[in-house]
Amino acid sequence: MADTATTLPPAHRAPRFDVRTILTRYGAWIALVLLILVNLAITPNFATWQTLNVNLTQVCAIVIVGVGMTLVIATGGIDLSVGALMAIAGALAPLIFLGKLFPLPHPAIGIALAFILPVLAAAALGWFNGWLVTRLRIQPIIATLVLFIAGRGIAQVFTNGNLQVFNLPSFQFIGLGRVFGIPFQAILMIFIVATAAWMLRRTVFGRQILAIGGNEKAARLSGIPVASVKKRVYLISGFLSGIAGLIVIARNSAADANLVGLGMELDAIAAVAVGGTLLTGGRATIIGTLVGALIIQLVRYTLLANGVPDAAALVAKAAIIVLAVWLQRQSYR
Amino acid sequence: MNTTSLKLFQGIGRYGVLLALVALILFGWLRYENFLGAFNVLTVLRYNSMFALVALGMCFVIITGGIDLSVGSTAALGSVVAALLSPYGVMPGLLGGLGAGLAIGACNAFIITRLNILPFIATLATMLAASGCALLLADNQSVSVSYETGFVELGQGDFLGFPIPAWIALIAYLLGSLILNFTSFGRTVLAIGGNEDAARLMGLPAQRVKALVYLASGGLAGLAGVILAAQFGAGQPIEGVGWELFAIAAVVVGGTLLTGGVGSVGSTLAGVLLLGLIFNILNFENGLGWISLSAYWQSVIRGAFLLLVVAIQARLSMRTEEAA
Repeated sequence: MADTATTLPPAHRAPRFDVRTILTRYGAWIALVLLILVNLAITPNFATWQTLNVNLTQVCAIVIVGVGMTLVIATGGIDLSVGALMAIAGALAPLIFLGKLFPLPHPAIGIALAFILPVLAAAALGWFNGWLVTRLRIQPIIATLVLFIAGRGIAQVFTNGNLQVFNLPSFQFIGLGRVFGIPFQAILMIFIVATAAWMLRRTVFGRQILAIGGNEKAARLSGIPVASVKKRVYLISGFLSGIAGLIVIARNSAADANLVGLGMELDAIAAVAVGGTLLTGGRATIIGTLVGALIIQLVRYTLLANGVPDAAALVAKAAIIVLAVWLQRQSYR
Repeated sequence: MNTTSLKLFQGIGRYGVLLALVALILFGWLRYENFLGAFNVLTVLRYNSMFALVALGMCFVIITGGIDLSVGSTAALGSVVAALLSPYGVMPGLLGGLGAGLAIGACNAFIITRLNILPFIATLATMLAASGCALLLADNQSVSVSYETGFVELGQGDFLGFPIPAWIALIAYLLGSLILNFTSFGRTVLAIGGNEDAARLMGLPAQRVKALVYLASGGLAGLAGVILAAQFGAGQPIEGVGWELFAIAAVVVGGTLLTGGVGSVGSTLAGVLLLGLIFNILNFENGLGWISLSAYWQSVIRGAFLLLVVAIQARLSMRTEEAA
């Protein structure tokens, strides 16, 4: 990966130019380009603005959640609660702007609060995940399993499991709006990806994340505030899940606590894995996660657009994940 | 910390789940009529036997230090295959579901031990694949089972007044307990989880044992799928969502450490029953009419319960570390 950030300075890497290295390092990019070429050849109407928009809107939520997941995985952790946090944010927002939670002095305030409070709630729950991981030293997979199980239940209790339908263009701008013809959510996604990629490569915080994932003990001994970095990383993951939850409900004009973000943790982890982030931590690429999510989305689109049932796309996705991770392993022998 | 209180702490860690289970049963018995009536007890056992089978496989996998996320969709696949084969008789249905589970288990074993991919990601992939296969085979809808061949007895029938699925689970747990504690295979499972490199250097067949553990987990999930199909009269390709996490929660509540090397089959069963009883008690509580909590509270309470257990476990292990 061109943007791969590792704990090693580049000078420590031996230059190797054999085919296998190129294949493993740029495998995701090659796969993406191949997919696009195949689609240009076989899928009707592929090179259209509409196809691009469809794929972009469908991939946005996965990428935004995937960015948080990449950071968490970079520290050697995992966050299973992302889908549940999306459901909580998605359930809270309509409750707020429809005035069911508390009376609203003015509709505009309601909409502002509907953006702010749900995302803050998701971020706070993310911080709680981090607290469980660092303070109680619970393994990340179990710590976040708690909210995976309880989180969706909380969202369902809030709404009593009912679908909340709404039509509120000023709120739904986040999911339906366009700026110069480009979906606003895609712009938001690119902004988040760029910020996170910059942060991971260029800031102290980014280096600390990678150092912890590379060797937590060494990181602690070298004076890195491990607990505080980890808590912030889980907080970011929760925060981004909250944003993704709002995008999904805005796009659907409805919030269904049973469905918002369902299975998102798996999609996000798959995107991270396919993108080339080391699942054991210490080496991460945000752009890779974007590419990974695009690959998974494009494979699904290719199959669907060519009449293959959705279920077969699942099997293809499984094969891609295994192949990508296996290739990755070959380069780290 | 002195040794007496240390032992006390370890004892709570080991028997905590049993104590909690007994406390919950006592609570239910004192509070609700018919809580320990034959009907309720048998219903709870019948329903939870599927989860018990899945959790048993998960218990072995977790003891080796791995994880199996594919069990839920494997069970769904097993239920579809069993339902499709049920017109040919009980055995074809049973063996078909079991075989489908073993096939997914074999995929897991291959990916993990041959391709050396982390269990977490390998079983995540097979989870998607199994779910895809189930939907393809079932043509995206539930498949009704044949009521003429007696297949549904596997889920709905009784033997000696005790539900057949509960018998299956009981036998599986007895075998599992014997295998873990009294065979060289079982000791190898524990050794791998304790320290895989050391186990390998001692000459234990680590890779083969790991492969067999994932195979067994797949087979048990397939069996759970057979019971699912027989109990509800249909193979259900979209059922099984979240079963893997329920199973993990049950294993963890049972005191098995996720880092591997330590674990008990009996405590896992207690963990399953504990999580199952929470739902049962919620139903009774609603029946009393004092409160009215929707079914959605179930997952909130389960999550809170899991949190409580892991928090206590974390505290206990910290104290044990400090003392040691």
